[in-house]
Amino acid sequence: MAINLEVPKKYKPLITQANQVAAEVLRPISRKYDRAEHEYPKELDMLAAVVDGVNEGSDALGGAGAAGVRGEEKADAGNKNGSNMATVLSVEEMCWGDVGLLLTMPRQGLGNSAIASVATDEQLKKYGGKWAAMAITEPEAGSDSAAIRTTAVLDEKTGEYVLNGEKIYVTSGERADLVVVWASLDREIGRAAIKSFIVERSNPGMKLDRLEHKLGIRASDTAAFRLEDCRVPKDALLGNPEIDTKAGFGGVMKTFDNTRPLVAAMAIGVGRACLDETKKLLKKAGVEIDYTAPANTQHAAAARFLQYEADWEAARLMALHAAWMADNKEPNSVQASMSKAKAGRVCTEIALGCVELAGTLGYSEVELLEKWSRDVKILDIFEGTQQIQLLIIARMLLGKSSAELK
Amino acid sequence: MTTADRSMGLALRAVRSLAESDLLDRVGLRKQVEKALYNGTKEGFRAAGAAGRTFAAAQKLGRPARQKKAKPRELFDVTPDEDQQMLVEVTKQFAAEAIRPAAQEADHDSKTPQELLEQAAELGVTILGVPESLGGVVAERSAVTSVLIAEQLGHGDIGIAVSILAPGAVPTALGLWGDADQQAKYLPAFTEDNAPAAALAIVEPRPLFNPLKLDTTAKKEGTGFVLNGVKSMVPRAAEDELFIIAADLENSGPALFIVESKTEGVFTEPEPGMGLRAAATGRVILENVKVPADALLGGGDLAVYEECIHRSRIAWCALATGAAQAALDYLIPYVNTRDAFGEPISHRQSVAFKISDIGIETDAMRLLTYRAASRADMGRTFAREAALARKLATDKGMQIGSDSVQLLGGHGYIKEHPAERWYRDLRAVGVMEGALLV
Repeated sequence: MAINLEVPKKYKPLITQANQVAAEVLRPISRKYDRAEHEYPKELDMLAAVVDGVNEGSDALGGAGAAGVRGEEKADAGNKNGSNMATVLSVEEMCWGDVGLLLTMPRQGLGNSAIASVATDEQLKKYGGKWAAMAITEPEAGSDSAAIRTTAVLDEKTGEYVLNGEKIYVTSGERADLVVVWASLDREIGRAAIKSFIVERSNPGMKLDRLEHKLGIRASDTAAFRLEDCRVPKDALLGNPEIDTKAGFGGVMKTFDNTRPLVAAMAIGVGRACLDETKKLLKKAGVEIDYTAPANTQHAAAARFLQYEADWEAARLMALHAAWMADNKEPNSVQASMSKAKAGRVCTEIALGCVELAGTLGYSEVELLEKWSRDVKILDIFEGTQQIQLLIIARMLLGKSSAELK
Repeated sequence: MTTADRSMGLALRAVRSLAESDLLDRVGLRKQVEKALYNGTKEGFRAAGAAGRTFAAAQKLGRPARQKKAKPRELFDVTPDEDQQMLVEVTKQFAAEAIRPAAQEADHDSKTPQELLEQAAELGVTILGVPESLGGVVAERSAVTSVLIAEQLGHGDIGIAVSILAPGAVPTALGLWGDADQQAKYLPAFTEDNAPAAALAIVEPRPLFNPLKLDTTAKKEGTGFVLNGVKSMVPRAAEDELFIIAADLENSGPALFIVESKTEGVFTEPEPGMGLRAAATGRVILENVKVPADALLGGGDLAVYEECIHRSRIAWCALATGAAQAALDYLIPYVNTRDAFGEPISHRQSVAFKISDIGIETDAMRLLTYRAASRADMGRTFAREAALARKLATDKGMQIGSDSVQLLGGHGYIKEHPAERWYRDLRAVGVMEGALLV
């Protein structure tokens, strides 16, 4: 045991690999799919195959859903740097390339993370290797996911669940093989009755309404569905089918403790892309960053850059810290939310600030800075907005219930 | 008695003791000293540097003693080792039971109680940088250990923490960069009872201060140097017996010089600030101060000087982290028990979200500080990490100080609560350079 906040050497190959993919596969097609919204980036098929191959051998190269929270029990009592950290690192690199493309990486969806986290061995066998999206949000229920209206009713005769409702903002909803749908078994009971169901994309009861046109991450499709008497087998329910009012929402929300540092990692990747590019542009303009001279004795642009870099560095260490805690099976809800809150807000500020520093070069489509500053904003919104994170953190720090601190 | 009264008192006492001394007449210095005193009284309440002990080498060292470098570590880890955990526990207790209760009065009196300083010395927190062979307590050089301890002391009170830690910067510098003779001459005094007050004086009183561009100068004269200039916000300036002074060495750039307070031409005057009051800050004025050739520390190497700047920044970040955590720990029970409109104010998002932000930024400050320190221990570059930690601690530390007062409302503004002290003390992080070292 000794304090060390450097990335271990064993992850260098993983980082290098991810960086090469980002630089040589993602960046060159970044602008193309920003313009061609809703067009499937076919280049990713080949890449996904490579990623699958790499993951056979090592930890986690790929998307947000690459690693679930499953993880084996700790083999020994010592310090561990494991798959959570590896995923944070590779997600950062890939998003330095392009966050929209990472989000639409085949078989790396958020649904995959949910499945990997809570599926039984049989479910894993049945659904493993498929691309799974996640459907939580509804037109009337965003951050307040306990308020969802989609219902699941067990048909005793056929032994099937029947799903009815409306889902929006389903990332990769059109392209995925499966959609993990959140629905309530009993709307009277509230959060404890909310369960997730695996729905095959080909299910005739699941109807694609539309694909959204967005501010950024245009390479990633965002779908809206209607569920009309959508029948799924009994074993499509993920996790425990019992309604346990004591366990409450915990089970379903557990996934988020592990995916929040990954969304933070996405923001950190985009933020670093902005900082790298801006540093280059500033250098051309004759402004170099000095780490010994105090910020205020330097060019105003350099001083601002130092502030951004300090915030960025903080976000990165916080994400690594949260992932490290997960690897060591330490409860990390506070740190997971803190890392996402910090990364979401500072990376948005950084990206928009870098556009300003780069002038019209930053604002025009000549460079990618303007795109990154559009892409990054979603990372302060999905998987819990900035405000939701602050609420979660405050409740935990203050020891308040959701009824007390609304 | 106001501070000005006290300062006047001190100055007058110094005047009297000098006037009574026939030593001045014997060595023909009376005119010069009278002139200095005249200027001093005109400008402030200047006094000659503390009379101070005689530093002399008891033994000769073959070569300088150095603490071992930490071994490179492979895995990411935020857990202190067992020795560190023990030290942290003891320091934490000391901060809670001795420092915090004394903080308000020390702030008011502009003085840290002697008893506290002695207790801290017994804990060994001031000699972490002294090699074991010269009476030090730890074998391995560890900026991380220094950071962990500073964090806990800062949790108690920043002003007192500076008062306690500042003298330690001098033996730490000597341990890191002193040659055999410098170590033999000066280090033993720091491990004895009644260790001297001492200070690392870098910052100067001017806007946009840059430690790489010093107004204080060192000119070569004969085999030695002549120093001129003014150092600002030096902890415990009046009682310091030994200084390490940053001065611009002609044709070579900034460098560090060992200067004994009793050297002719060294004056101090009180310079109380908005915060750090328990550290009894003052100016050190150097007027044609002649020091021998062996006063130059680290051979005047610019890399040594820069390392000193970066290490000092890490120490300030550690104090800020501790105070930010203290603010959070103080605010949580307050906002949970302070009722308004029939419920605790913590039930309002405008209050609760501030708590979240303080929690987030305190963690952020801590992680950046730890990273910079651990890189220093492993012998890796850490200028960037120290600069970023300082930037964050400067911005967020100040914000946390301000938010602490704000969340307590009127209570935050009065001295019954420590928040107004955090407000004043946390502003120091972006202003100070030097004074502390890890």
